[in-house]
Amino acid sequence: MKLPAQLRPVLRNPQFVAGVILLLVVLFSALGADMIAPKSFEEMDIPSSLAPPSRQYPLGTDHYGRCIFSRVVYGSRIALRVGLIVVTIETVIGVSLGLLAGYYGGRVDRVISFVTDLTWALPPIVLALAIVTALGPSLNNVVIAIALVSWAGYSRLIRSKAQSLKNMPYVEAARALGESDFSIMFRYILPNTYGLIIVLATLSVPAAILSTTALSFLGLGSQPPAPDWGVILNEGIAYMHSAPWISIFPGLALVCTALGFNLLGEGLRDLLDPRMKV
Amino acid sequence: MGLVDAQPAAGRPLMQVSDLGVTFQTSRGSVRAVSGVSFEVRESEVFALVGESGCGKSTTALAVMRLVPPPGRIDSGQVVFDGVPLLDLDEDAMARVRGKQISMIFQNPLVALNPVYRSAAQIEEALLLDQIPRDRAWKLAVGVMGDVKIPDAPERALSYPHELSGGMRQRVMTGMMISRSPRLLIADEPTTALDVTIQAQVLELLMDIRRRTKMSIMIITHDFGIVAETADRIAVMYAGGIVEQGGVLEVFEQSGHPYTRLLMRALPRLTKEEGRLETIAGHVPNLVELPSGCTFHPRCPLKRDACLIERPTVREVSPGHFVTCHYPEV
Amino acid sequence: MLNYALRRMAFGLLVVFAVTIVLFSVMQLMPGDPIRLVADPSRIPAWRIEELRRSLGLDKPAYIQYFYWLNRLLHGDFGHSIVSGQSVSSLIAARLPYTLLLALGSLVLHYVIAVPLGLFAALRANSRIDRTIVLVVTVLRTLPGFWLGILMMILFAIKLKIFPISGYQGPLSAVLPVLTLTLPALGGTVRLTRSEVLETIREPFVLTAYAKGLPGRTVRVRHILRNALIPVTVMFFLSLPWIVGGSVIIENVFAWPGMGRLLWKAITNQDLPIVQGIIVIIAVLTVISNTIGDIISGVLDPRIRIELEEVGG
Repeated sequence: MKLPAQLRPVLRNPQFVAGVILLLVVLFSALGADMIAPKSFEEMDIPSSLAPPSRQYPLGTDHYGRCIFSRVVYGSRIALRVGLIVVTIETVIGVSLGLLAGYYGGRVDRVISFVTDLTWALPPIVLALAIVTALGPSLNNVVIAIALVSWAGYSRLIRSKAQSLKNMPYVEAARALGESDFSIMFRYILPNTYGLIIVLATLSVPAAILSTTALSFLGLGSQPPAPDWGVILNEGIAYMHSAPWISIFPGLALVCTALGFNLLGEGLRDLLDPRMKV
Repeated sequence: MGLVDAQPAAGRPLMQVSDLGVTFQTSRGSVRAVSGVSFEVRESEVFALVGESGCGKSTTALAVMRLVPPPGRIDSGQVVFDGVPLLDLDEDAMARVRGKQISMIFQNPLVALNPVYRSAAQIEEALLLDQIPRDRAWKLAVGVMGDVKIPDAPERALSYPHELSGGMRQRVMTGMMISRSPRLLIADEPTTALDVTIQAQVLELLMDIRRRTKMSIMIITHDFGIVAETADRIAVMYAGGIVEQGGVLEVFEQSGHPYTRLLMRALPRLTKEEGRLETIAGHVPNLVELPSGCTFHPRCPLKRDACLIERPTVREVSPGHFVTCHYPEV
Repeated sequence: MLNYALRRMAFGLLVVFAVTIVLFSVMQLMPGDPIRLVADPSRIPAWRIEELRRSLGLDKPAYIQYFYWLNRLLHGDFGHSIVSGQSVSSLIAARLPYTLLLALGSLVLHYVIAVPLGLFAALRANSRIDRTIVLVVTVLRTLPGFWLGILMMILFAIKLKIFPISGYQGPLSAVLPVLTLTLPALGGTVRLTRSEVLETIREPFVLTAYAKGLPGRTVRVRHILRNALIPVTVMFFLSLPWIVGGSVIIENVFAWPGMGRLLWKAITNQDLPIVQGIIVIIAVLTVISNTIGDIISGVLDPRIRIELEEVGG
């Protein structure tokens, strides 16, 4: 197979390759969960509850005798879906606000920047907890809460990018030709920030998954019997002495997923622009 | 002491550089930035090192100071300063040479001062190396600022670098570098980053210092105008080596190397024409793969077969006037 | 400088004020009548509920209620727990020291480890040891704190029995939670220190410092470290709120009797006054440490100070 020349240095970067492999494994288990998992994620087997890893239960069982391996495999669906949705929402909010602030400047910029500063006024996880308190515990509400508190990074970076792009000759030319502000922002400036957005979004996925899992772990997100990794970890705490495998493997899956996205994101950044400040 | 009132510079040698070589190890191979460079700087003279950017003149100066940044390494030659072989000193001994015997002012005064210290504090820091008590050192530092013609020195002493103009910053740096009365001051393109009007003032300051202190000055520039105004002797560098050196009069009026003549022709006449060195056809060669034979042959209008094969040797075309060319015109 | 510091503090106050407005609005939008949370309406006569409503100021328009609330906050009155009836300020006051113990302990440990590591990596840039340090902290960064905490408990408390497993039974109990808070966060600071030192080494003023005759040690301390550590020092103050945020989760892993544990219980019980009180306290802590960070950066870097003074006019 012949690869484009630009791809080669990246493929020689062992970290990037490791990231891609990790993500392929996660993606494969999410898509093929029905075929990979030996059991359903909620099938109980009380007589073999809290069984250590064995041939029948590769990663052991929990207090209901459910297969941890199957639950972890199905959990990857939740993790990927949640990561994707959160990142999509925060990208849309952050990029739009950043474009508006950077393009219009002046009062628009000041208002948006103040709102951005406000979201820095609380640690994101605390702000998210406040929102979940108001909305009530559920995975959907957690997803909304996390997305609402984590767009500020995008808006700041896109704002400064838009500020530098709005004075480029081709943007000035478009303005002279009578293009509307909206069209200039979304058809001339936005496409030049795609590289930045892709890198930013990839690097934000791990944070999104980690935060939602943390809230599920606290019992505020996914509710049992969902095979959310956070839920499994929460249930595992009570059996730390007798069945540590319940606690170990979902976390391992979480780390692999987060690491995969981080390595991929950093590889992409080095490919697109090593000096990118993300 | 320029071309106009040139006197024979009769000082004895202060610094002798012989066969100096500097190599940069990069991922794309090793770059020989300076090779086989030999010259001397005499007491109380102004010596000019001239060439296009990338010819190795700044690296030569940094090598003399032993400040070549990694991945660069000095890999041949010797620098003898007042009888002391600098390249054999340990790092602490070399630090004692810097600032006290040889000091150097850098190209871009905008970034060459530490932004977090007040300007006089940066001069004071140099003075304190000479065991001067702290309270006197500050007064001396403010005095030095007056010496380099900074108006309202006591007030400016408290300014941070970013509160000063480019010309003022260059004066602060010059003050810092002459404060310990070194015997040789290296000035690396001291005016390039400044406005034209400020350039003349800074040059005037350097010449004034030289008149008052008898300090030797090694000035590094790409501008023959500056050479004509200031220098006693000159060396012309090309692609990491010296192609011609001698007294300013000899080199200007009887240039032996084709490159020197081209450079001088490219000199803007009375600063009216814009084109400077760009008017020489061809490019500065890639230092990773230097041309065979004479490194200048790809751009030389007078090249012959020998130039492609053999490296030229140094010839003394008249006393004290050296040319590295197979066919020097004299 | 004073001018600059005052401006930053004024901005901090404005932010806290805005946080209280947002917080109040969010709570107003919540479904349900606060009265119903305190009392079962089926058992209490309607006139009594009206009286309660009046006494709590709930019959007034929202903005008046906000000012009542804000006024009480300013007097240190955070209301009473719906569940236990205890005063929220005394509940928080009892828990806050435990949270600060974790956060400050972790902050100090963090910098004691991360700055030397980053410096070490920078001075040996691109060597094997440098790459190893960077790789290790990158992997650490992806570790979810709550999982790391569980692993620590399994290893150090259950298997090796070195440290108490959870709760607070003396200072040793703090070791595992502090480590759990610290390890994943190291990466950012190590990388920041490393890249700042590498960038500063290349600055022309470092060459100037050598050229005027300073010995290598002096250049490294007074010119390279002094300048490279500006952003690192500022980050030290800015990161306190993040650590407090992290401890909200970690405290629940270790059953640590701090504010995070209290917050979680309050959320599960829908005990709003406690939730509001804790969030206001965290916002104030955040704004204080951000303001200190801003002021410190002005003290350390004259360029920032001047720039902001001029922009502000």
